[in-house]
Amino acid sequence: MSDGGDDDGIRLTDRQKRNRRARSLAIAALLAVLVVLFYVITIFKMGGAVVDRPL
Amino acid sequence: MAHATLTHPDIDVAGEATVADYVALLKPRVMSLVIFTALVGMAIAPTGLHPVLAGISLLAIAVGAGASAALNMWWDADIDAVMTRTRNRPVPTGRVQPEAALAFGMALSVGSVLTLGLTANWLAAGLLAFTIWFYAHFYTVVLKRRTAQNIVIGGASGALPPVIGWAAMTGSLAVPPLVLFTIIFLWTPPHFWALALLKNEDYTRAGVPMLPVVAGPTATRWQILLYAVVLVPAGISPWFLGFAGPAYLAVSVVAGAVFLAGAVNVLVRREGKAAARACGQLFGFSLIYLFLLFATLLGERIAGLV
Repeated sequence: MSDGGDDDGIRLTDRQKRNRRARSLAIAALLAVLVVLFYVITIFKMGGAVVDRPL
Repeated sequence: MAHATLTHPDIDVAGEATVADYVALLKPRVMSLVIFTALVGMAIAPTGLHPVLAGISLLAIAVGAGASAALNMWWDADIDAVMTRTRNRPVPTGRVQPEAALAFGMALSVGSVLTLGLTANWLAAGLLAFTIWFYAHFYTVVLKRRTAQNIVIGGASGALPPVIGWAAMTGSLAVPPLVLFTIIFLWTPPHFWALALLKNEDYTRAGVPMLPVVAGPTATRWQILLYAVVLVPAGISPWFLGFAGPAYLAVSVVAGAVFLAGAVNVLVRREGKAAARACGQLFGFSLIYLFLLFATLLGERIAGLV
């Protein structure tokens, strides 16, 4: 697999690419978990007050 | 368009870091003990958060403990590299760059403290921040390479999780969590010195002034026994203080007797394989001892016996 033949920069091996992809996915999953976590914290901190609003 | 070429000599190895390496930076086994002791601190609290918020608070405490472990591995990479027990850790092997471990630990520290503050209260968050600082800086940077009392004083950080758990639930401090703190604080020296006796060559080579390195194995064996003698009544004290039931009394007396016998065994058997076996047995049983005490406290609460 080639990313451009005349590039003198660092070329990652397949294993390094796999590891980087796994790390990226883990960060994405962590961010998604944080979004859900803070949503849940907000709802449960409000408790019953979440429905106590003028209609 | 010209572009820079990265020439960092470690970049090839750094690219090898797996997700598991970052998980290893959190010291998952230590983390599991933190989760368990903090859970017991929460369970014995008289008032509480909603179970969902309590669960998230426990997660924040666990992540805070993991963050301090990552910072510890960042600072200690040089001595970890020369000790057989630790040389395969992600930083000394080069799989995780030191800067990445530092950033990882700092990000998780800040994130866990803020999350605990928002979920529970700022007393608990402040205690978590103090615990992280105490372990990652005061123990790791200041004490560990300077004094044989490193793990005695540093043990406070490992003893704080039940206090944080109680504070998360109540927003205050009281005697029961401080008793749990005392039990873990007194348990830490014999636990680690039993290991240090086994790994004496490692610590000597790394230049870490553990008690067996500085004061010798005999003095260490006496110190282990001394701490065990003080630990056993401290372990029973929750029953006297009224926040544990008869099951706890029975478990803490029997387990305390076994712990004491193990410490005497370490003192008596000083040579060869028998000495190593005695140290290994005490180290192993010390983990069972702490688990039994805290599990019984938890079990009594769940069963409604207290």
